[in-house]
Amino acid sequence: MIISKHLLGLEGVRREEISLILKTAQSFKEVLSRPIPKVPTLRGKTIVNLFFEASTRTRISFELAEKRLSADSINFASSGSSVAKGETLKDTVRNIEAMKIDMVVIRHQASGAAHFLTQCLEAGVINAGDGQHEHPTQGLLDMMTLQEKFGRLQGLKVAIVGDITHSRVARSNIHGLMTMGVEVAVCGPATLLPRDIAAAFGQDLLVFKKVDEAIQWADAVNVLRLQLERQKNGLLPSLREYALHFGVTRRRLEDAKREVVIMHPGPINRGVELESDLADSEFSVILDQVTNGVAVRMAVLYLKSGGEQEVMNGNGA
Amino acid sequence: MPILEGLLMFTSDYKIKAVLMDDKSLNRTLSRLAHQIVETNRGAENLVFVGILTRGVQLAERLIDKIEPLEGRRLPLGTLDITFYRDDMLRTLKKPRVQATHLPFDLDGKVVMLVDDVLYTGRTIRAALDALMDFGRPARIQLAVLIDRGHRELPIKADFIGQEVKTTAGEEVRVKLQHLDGEDGVYLVEPIHEKKPKDLVEAFTKVAKGADPSE
Repeated sequence: MIISKHLLGLEGVRREEISLILKTAQSFKEVLSRPIPKVPTLRGKTIVNLFFEASTRTRISFELAEKRLSADSINFASSGSSVAKGETLKDTVRNIEAMKIDMVVIRHQASGAAHFLTQCLEAGVINAGDGQHEHPTQGLLDMMTLQEKFGRLQGLKVAIVGDITHSRVARSNIHGLMTMGVEVAVCGPATLLPRDIAAAFGQDLLVFKKVDEAIQWADAVNVLRLQLERQKNGLLPSLREYALHFGVTRRRLEDAKREVVIMHPGPINRGVELESDLADSEFSVILDQVTNGVAVRMAVLYLKSGGEQEVMNGNGA
Repeated sequence: MPILEGLLMFTSDYKIKAVLMDDKSLNRTLSRLAHQIVETNRGAENLVFVGILTRGVQLAERLIDKIEPLEGRRLPLGTLDITFYRDDMLRTLKKPRVQATHLPFDLDGKVVMLVDDVLYTGRTIRAALDALMDFGRPARIQLAVLIDRGHRELPIKADFIGQEVKTTAGEEVRVKLQHLDGEDGVYLVEPIHEKKPKDLVEAFTKVAKGADPSE
């Protein structure tokens, strides 16, 4: 199987490639449980983490993944760098690449930033979140968590609740899950749903207007973070009103009388999109998502580090 | 050059040059190895088996089957995937598919019997040793292989050998095991690279249509 050296999004990624990444991630999860949770696989490779936007989980997760693979990693944060002096993205990365690096992990506030880098770099580019476009490794770790929890993806029902329009997590999840044969629904205030959602994702995507209906339908609910920084243009009357109508609460789960798995990409606005108590409850797999994040990112970095995937014939050296 | 390699994978035939073991002799060899392992270690106290995926695991399981009646208990078996420890990761175009490493015991103080089908350059064993060291500090590691075909590139040697075979670098040793391949046997084969133009055209069409040569 020939796979791209970049990971820009899950849109258009083939089912076999996603399965391969998830399977490889399982092997890396085993590595993480060893007494010495580190393998020499990417020794000699240099990876730069370019974070132009605030991030705790994703940045630490990528950094840890790189260290567990024995790659050399360098962190770049836009504050305190020459970006503050007005250097363009292209100049910044071309200068960094001139220092002989193999891969770039980029988080950027502009949609398409990762794609732009592939146009001006030789190195492999991994998208760690670009604007409102995609966050593919989050989509993958969500799928890995679902697969672990349910033992399968095919035929599962997953509802994504929250601000769909602005969410790169939603976009990556919808594309990835639908490719893997999961039934996907979205639910959120009309002002935070894309206007023609069927045109964007196809007729199979369900839309629920009420969060209770979504909970009633779903095996798992992926609760999106309400991005407070993007809510300044009057799309929501107030946070309290959002919490009242779309907040996922224990009461709502009990009313649905169903075992529903709760996911959240973090950071949580406790008491807004997700009831604080529920986030720490037996329904929540939020911390499993974080653990799986490291394994999934190791798998992505390993598979994208060059070379072609082969089926082992077992009669080796 | 993945396209060219793809072509070769579709068109490569193998010529069997010799049958090194049939089902009966393979079975006899495994019996002898089992006895030697128990004899050398003065019993099976403290002994654990680790098979290198894929065929090393099957062989280790067969050895454990044979030791069970001798020692009156079943020795533990772990599986080891050495992909993450390979030294050709950054050089070759191909990446082997990763399988599951599973060592269901503590290695500290144990005698580890590492099992693989064919010992060749020694690089797989080097990787396996590195991997084992990350799991603990065994008292001793011993190596059992079905076939030693020479051409070592590292100072590594096996403690228990089914059969030593003189080979040339162009030849390959194919181990077939009942559980995986539906038959027991060991063959010395040689890839045939001379292709008829018709075969090449056929193979090229397959690759061009997007077929995956590795599957």
